[in-house]
Amino acid sequence: MELNQLTIHELQEKIKNGAVSAGQITESVFQRIDKVEKRVHSYIRLLKDEALAAAEKADNDIKKGNIKPLTGIPVALKDIVCTKGITTTCGSHILHNFVPPYNATVVERLSDAGAVFVGKANMDEFAMGSSTETSYFGPTYNPWDLTRIPGGSSGGSATAVAADECIASIGSDTGGSIRQPAALCGVVGMKPTYGRVSRFGLIAFASSLDQIGPFTKDVEDCAIMMNVLAGYDPRESTSVQAAVPDYRQFAGRDIKGWKIGIPREYFIEGINPEVEAAVKKAIALLEKQGAECINISLPHTEYCLAVYYIIAPAEASSNLARFDGVKYGLRAAAARDLLDMYKKTRTQGFGNEVKRRIMIGTYALSAGYYDAYYKKASQVRALIKRDFDEALKKCDVILTPTTPTPAFKIGEKTDNPLQMYLSDLFTISTNLAGIPGISVPCGFTAGGLPIGMQFLAGHFAEDKLIQIASAYERTAGMEKRRPQL
Amino acid sequence: MDFETVIGLEVHAQLLTETKIFCSCSTKFGGAPNSHTCPVCLGMPGVLPVLNRKVVEYAIKMALATNCRINKSCSYARKNYFYPDLPKGYQISQYAYPLAEHGYVLLDVDGEQKKIGLTRIHMEEDAGKLMHDEHNPVSYVDLNRTGVPLIEIVSEPDMRTPAEASDYLKRLHEILVYLEICDGNMEEGSFRCDANVSIRPKGQKEFGTRTELKNMNSFRNVQRALEYEIKRQQYIVEHGGAIVQETRLWDDAQGVTNSMRSKEEAHDYRYFPDPDLVPVIVDDEWVEKIRRELPELPLVKRERFVNDYQIPAYDAGVLTADKALAHYYEEVVRLCLSPKAASNWVMGDVLKFLNEEKRDIRNCPITAVALAEMIKLIEDGTISGKMAKEIVEDMYKTGKAPQDVIAEKGMVQITDEGALGAVIQKIIDASPNQIKDYRGGKDKLFGFFVGQVMKATQGKANPQLVNELLKKMLAG
Amino acid sequence: MISRQEVEYVAHLARLEIDDAHKDKFTAQLNDILLYIDKLNELDTKGIEPLSHAIAVTNAFREDGVLDSLGTAEALANAPDARGEFFRVPKVIE
Repeated sequence: MELNQLTIHELQEKIKNGAVSAGQITESVFQRIDKVEKRVHSYIRLLKDEALAAAEKADNDIKKGNIKPLTGIPVALKDIVCTKGITTTCGSHILHNFVPPYNATVVERLSDAGAVFVGKANMDEFAMGSSTETSYFGPTYNPWDLTRIPGGSSGGSATAVAADECIASIGSDTGGSIRQPAALCGVVGMKPTYGRVSRFGLIAFASSLDQIGPFTKDVEDCAIMMNVLAGYDPRESTSVQAAVPDYRQFAGRDIKGWKIGIPREYFIEGINPEVEAAVKKAIALLEKQGAECINISLPHTEYCLAVYYIIAPAEASSNLARFDGVKYGLRAAAARDLLDMYKKTRTQGFGNEVKRRIMIGTYALSAGYYDAYYKKASQVRALIKRDFDEALKKCDVILTPTTPTPAFKIGEKTDNPLQMYLSDLFTISTNLAGIPGISVPCGFTAGGLPIGMQFLAGHFAEDKLIQIASAYERTAGMEKRRPQL
Repeated sequence: MDFETVIGLEVHAQLLTETKIFCSCSTKFGGAPNSHTCPVCLGMPGVLPVLNRKVVEYAIKMALATNCRINKSCSYARKNYFYPDLPKGYQISQYAYPLAEHGYVLLDVDGEQKKIGLTRIHMEEDAGKLMHDEHNPVSYVDLNRTGVPLIEIVSEPDMRTPAEASDYLKRLHEILVYLEICDGNMEEGSFRCDANVSIRPKGQKEFGTRTELKNMNSFRNVQRALEYEIKRQQYIVEHGGAIVQETRLWDDAQGVTNSMRSKEEAHDYRYFPDPDLVPVIVDDEWVEKIRRELPELPLVKRERFVNDYQIPAYDAGVLTADKALAHYYEEVVRLCLSPKAASNWVMGDVLKFLNEEKRDIRNCPITAVALAEMIKLIEDGTISGKMAKEIVEDMYKTGKAPQDVIAEKGMVQITDEGALGAVIQKIIDASPNQIKDYRGGKDKLFGFFVGQVMKATQGKANPQLVNELLKKMLAG
Repeated sequence: MISRQEVEYVAHLARLEIDDAHKDKFTAQLNDILLYIDKLNELDTKGIEPLSHAIAVTNAFREDGVLDSLGTAEALANAPDARGEFFRVPKVIE
């Protein structure tokens, strides 16, 4: 095995016993990038010089015995988190030249933990998409089948891990943007509880739904990343002051006596039979380990998508108003006056999907429609959250497929926004309720495409997710299949 | 036709916090353009607002001082519109759930108290400044003011005359300054006012169509603008026209209001709850703690001055218009125990001197201690009132204590009976004819003798003593 | 249903231009989405408090202490058109 194929915990062992240096690990990652990046396109920007310098510093630290949780570990950052002095585009033309004078809190936390930043990963423009096809910088390709999408919006972060172009990565999840690409690329992805990981420096899509989380090669790595990412941040008003446990301790514990809720609304017509079969097989495995699976109901599931497609665009229409050609980013040339400058800049700067969502959101908030759309959606959102509160009284975690189907073809849904939105059907409710979720690989289709399932738990119960996901991973004995590139 | 005017005011007051409402940049006025800015107030991508606790406390102070009901829970909303002085493309304000509602301010209208209702007080952020180039089709943006905390105080349409409106504004201004939460500077824009005004035939219940007046940066201009606008509306109605609901700008130089050709279609601000900010819960404990810290408010102080010091309402009004002046006055009274004399000297001479030099009471060269000393010297007869007039002027010029001025000028009053008796005897001896006439019934001559004594003593004789002794000695 | 005219109004509010060639397609796509969203009207939500935050945090404050600002140069560093110490914009038409 090459160094770039290993997990964080495997590399940490080698670093600790002096078998490898941070420099060697970083080199191996960039060798891999040289080989496959042209075909996969995980990155908008590579940070090779910075990474090599950071690796050198890590090696100095290692020599001094100063080894932190991520010392020397190459990590990719979705290009939605602001990096001081490094162009941050959010996948958009309108920010193609924006250099933030500040770091996102997660960037500082990762950096303080010793991480080496490999590059800024590709994404759907402003995280609006489920396929990474809306990026201004071109699509990302699924390493398991280059004719297919990797999922989105954090597609680049998912493929970078799946194609071993980094060891772990950071994504953001507003309606499934971590869990869905994790499932479609065969890696582990977690969306933490709203308020658990700081959003400061995360370019906002829908502020009440956005949450940052990790992509990793296994569940233990997910726990290691969460140990670094989670925690209160005074720079965010919605950050929660709750104790953060050592998540790593929960990887490896058994799940005897646990109750796993299986919501009937998630096993519906239209779900791909191979996906359904894989999840059913996983359920049987979990029962073998002493967990009890019970049927539960989340009665408002069918309304989640509608609620999401009001709330997210409404918030986005306001969040994206700041891109006006005045303070940073693109400004259209040859404008007659201010109004013309605004319109030209935004029309040239945003892609179609972003425009579509700004339009929906603006419409839903405009005079006379607020009550019918935004208020109504917020009320139904309360019902959806109540569903989860009730269900989670009866079980420890909830298990569902992460996506209704495996990865679809590039271009297959670009002309049909609603069809595209439907691929987020199973992941959206989590964000509306603010609860955490983790997607773990649970098999492959006959055609060799990865399948994922997700566990959901109550607010701040990421420890439970780590525990059950790692228990499953250990006993499922998933073959260490790798994409052939 | 007889018309009645209906006026409601919206006041924006900048709060005197050190930092902006949602970031830690300074609120100081007059920095280099765009120097007091950070990623948060510049509206850079990904940054988040965190509320300044002091903004809430100051707003609660104002709410308590204006008898508002403070809501247990309030929250922030986004008001969305595009303008270069608004870097996020939305203003963070309060909409459905303001901090406080249902307050009032008391005015004195023709000797009677009138309640002006307050609809609400809410917190919001200020916008930046846009300067238009005179020669080129461009504008310049300075974002230093962006995010400076404001409270907006919205009145009910309870005012009926421009004078009432002006009076209401003065009361609000006075309260804000008393509370030390706003510097009240209208020229620099820390206290701004928009007015809604309409007219209706007397007796009609329904409101007429209103116009909104902007750009009035002094109390006087508010009154002038309203007076103009009322006349304008009356003229239109009397000539069979209809008032258009619109925003009009006051032109100070021309003394008229002009329609602000609406820049945009009707506003559609798309308010919705700001997801980046959490509700503010104001519990009783917090309110009570702030209530205990409130200073005595102008109206209460005014009443207390009238009752405790037995001074006219007018005097109490003048003395309490400025908290520092009221404090000065009370110090003088505490030290000399003569409220009426203190009020006369403070309102008369001290304020006159200060006004002449446009000086503030805080920088008055005559300390409260010195003024009280002087008043005591008058009352114990050391100096006469007339002498005091001269002394107080010297005290103001030099900052010296009254005793020092008196010593330097040799102005001590003669109060020694023996010495004064000797002087009087000399005059009697030198005026045999007058004595004769006086004793013969010409009472008027008493004045002649007083004059003689004063002349002989260069005015230093204690007048009362002179009277007493003269009466005795002239009687023979 | 959203009309072509409403699409134009909303585009203006959002400071976007939708060219004529795309307007019909865009209107149709928006209507598909809005039609789907209409599903919510199946539910009676009378008396239900709207949920705007998934977690119950309140009173998140900072203290009133000045921290370093960026300063003029850095504030303007990303500006597409800065002049002197200001951001410069095309004139506002009144």
